[in-house]
Amino acid sequence: MKELLLIAVGSAFVNNVVLSQFLGICPFLGVSKKVETAAGMGSAVVFVITLSSAVTGAIYQFVLTPLHITYLQTIVFILVIAALVQFVEMFLKKKMQGLYRALGVYLPLITTNCAVLGIALVNVQKSYNILTGVVNGFATAFGFLVSIVIMAGIREKTEYNDVPKPFQGMPIVLVTAGLMAIAFFGFSGLL
Amino acid sequence: MKKVLERLFNGLIKENPTFVLMLGMCPTLAVTTSAINGLGMGLTTAAVLTLSNMMISMLRKVIPDKVRIPAFIVIIASFVTIVELLLEGFVPSLYSALGIYIPLIVVNCIILGRAEAYASKNPVILSIFDGIGMGLGFTMALTIIGAFRELIGSGKIFNIQIMPEAYEPVTIFILAPGAFFVLACLTALQNKLKMKKAKRDGVIIQCDSGCASCVNASSCAGRMVEEKIKITKKKGAVKA
Repeated sequence: MKELLLIAVGSAFVNNVVLSQFLGICPFLGVSKKVETAAGMGSAVVFVITLSSAVTGAIYQFVLTPLHITYLQTIVFILVIAALVQFVEMFLKKKMQGLYRALGVYLPLITTNCAVLGIALVNVQKSYNILTGVVNGFATAFGFLVSIVIMAGIREKTEYNDVPKPFQGMPIVLVTAGLMAIAFFGFSGLL
Repeated sequence: MKKVLERLFNGLIKENPTFVLMLGMCPTLAVTTSAINGLGMGLTTAAVLTLSNMMISMLRKVIPDKVRIPAFIVIIASFVTIVELLLEGFVPSLYSALGIYIPLIVVNCIILGRAEAYASKNPVILSIFDGIGMGLGFTMALTIIGAFRELIGSGKIFNIQIMPEAYEPVTIFILAPGAFFVLACLTALQNKLKMKKAKRDGVIIQCDSGCASCVNASSCAGRMVEEKIKITKKKGAVKA
């Protein structure tokens, strides 16, 4: 239990997926204009990453390792993730209309999110089993949710600030991200 | 021959994937802690890009249109695996420095973007040179950013001491926040240049905020920018 907690805190805050590992930068910068959409994107990411950590973990342990083809992991994982996102989208559309309406738009965008593949690979690299892998995936995605929502909140405020002209748009967002990264350094005292 | 050179120039300068199109931001931020890492990542990506462009261009008439994206991804992932194994065998120091970012080349939007926008529509030789041009453009950008961060963050470039002994390194530049700050300054500089140009031509050449923030970046692959440049040129011609 203690080990799981350590993994969770470590991946959610100390090694934040966006601010210290630079995975999933594109949605972090692109879909963080409003808190509402940011929260939607964040929850969709939490959902998909948790699911994909479980599936890729199972495939690695029960298919790739017994067949001695672990070197094919990159190819297998990317295909599994792409297929999984498709299935999730279809399933939600049929069975859970409410959730589909909340997350639907963001689902196709997630296939191109490098955090999903990144976490599947990190799980293998750190030789997590399925349970620790799922915890790691969920915590990492939760870290993404936290940082994208904070980012959106700051952006809603800075909208009305007087920013120097060349720094308007993307540059000021990047500066904000840099300052947030410094703030998240504070969490490294936790472990 | 002229077309080949045009492709190289296009990738290096005119449509530089990092500075102009702002594609592939994750590796750009993550591995540029030193010039040598930037160079290594750039060359690895360039190799994958050239090979995948070649293969996709060869198969462009065989792959059915409906399943082209999965097919491209499988081709790219295979080349990434090959390159990864080669690096692990022959350049283990670089392999451990780049770590997880090597397999993540698969989801680098520059590669899928070029496959979709260029290699799937053009002959083999030109596609190869498009890959080389774009790859070298990416390498150049990563090396420059890496050198800059290494210089400020540790006073060295390629591990050679540049700054005088008395220089106190600003360590934060080789840590995570430094990446964001350097990129912010570079984009601001680019905006400044663009604003000058826009003032001169009277047109703003860009979508709202550059391809980095654009969720459609991988499918658009900078075509919007290309088109707007075309429009600007036409307007310029009318004015002239």
